[in-house]
Amino acid sequence: MSQSFSTSIPRKFALAGMLFLAMMLGRVEFAAAEFGDIVINNFSDGVGMRPVVFPHWFHRVRFACKVCHTDLGFAMKAGGNQLDMAKILEGQFCGACHDGTTAWATERCALCHSGRAGMPNQVNRNKDPKLTEAAPAPAKK
Amino acid sequence: MKNTSIALSFSVVFAATMLFAAQGWCAQPGAANPNAFNRLFKPKKYNLPPAEDAYHDPESEEVRELQAPAQAFQSLPKSASGNKVDWVKAVDEKKITPVWDRGDPAAQAMPMDLDIVFEVKGTTPDVVYPHRQHTLILDCTSCHPDIFVPQKGANQISMAQIMAGQKCGVCHGSVAFPIAECRRCHTNKKTVATRKGAPAKSNKP
Repeated sequence: MSQSFSTSIPRKFALAGMLFLAMMLGRVEFAAAEFGDIVINNFSDGVGMRPVVFPHWFHRVRFACKVCHTDLGFAMKAGGNQLDMAKILEGQFCGACHDGTTAWATERCALCHSGRAGMPNQVNRNKDPKLTEAAPAPAKK
Repeated sequence: MKNTSIALSFSVVFAATMLFAAQGWCAQPGAANPNAFNRLFKPKKYNLPPAEDAYHDPESEEVRELQAPAQAFQSLPKSASGNKVDWVKAVDEKKITPVWDRGDPAAQAMPMDLDIVFEVKGTTPDVVYPHRQHTLILDCTSCHPDIFVPQKGANQISMAQIMAGQKCGVCHGSVAFPIAECRRCHTNKKTVATRKGAPAKSNKP
């Protein structure tokens, strides 16, 4: 009797707790990404950085599309530029403005590298290969 | 003793279930009326702050420094989809003044006012493509000749291509207003025969 009392209550409580948790989890709604936000994760995951989230809306308020997509040569495809930090530090692509004068410099790593780890290149949560370029294979040493 | 413990544990499970169920029912709109509109509709959230959206890592401290889209958009004209901002109107009303040339702050876009009519199958309204709205923010070389051959009738465009991210779909659906906004492109209404033998009429320009 005393044995059953000591074992049955925690088990039933655990069961109730698990049931409750499972029901709550089932109700979680997955949040949307802002329209036009791009995830760039060519090399970030491989070096332990968060992927880059590029907000189109913030940039189109300030610049015409043509400035980046014609003058700076950005391809119109998520992940289509094979961006790496070497190109940016040379002043290409993002580095044309993110130099500490027009916009924050590259020391502010986490302002761009702000995404959840493990997301592939994508736009609007759409990973269709027709819309996105896959990350290049890691270089062999 | 055992009976009370079983009764207690059952009552806990029951209470938890009822609590959850009550929450679930209260959260659903139209729970009171089973014949209400949009029974399966889940309201979509727009313009979420970075720390709450699907892409940003809420654990990063810097994410809290990033601007929330809703803050930037509050003074801009509204639209029904995408960012919920009418970007063309925002440029036209000078609510935003996007820089045209990084090297020359005085440089201005030279919009070209030329409409191209694409005749469309069936009773679907024809597409009138306005160059003006596009050349306010884009260069000719952004689209010509890689995406569109600069010659009338030389581009075979289908909605399937657009949905696969080609032609208009390079931008529309990704960063420009989405494809569900049919009537923003298909604007030129036409009257065509709906039955065999009926006289076909068209008001194509």
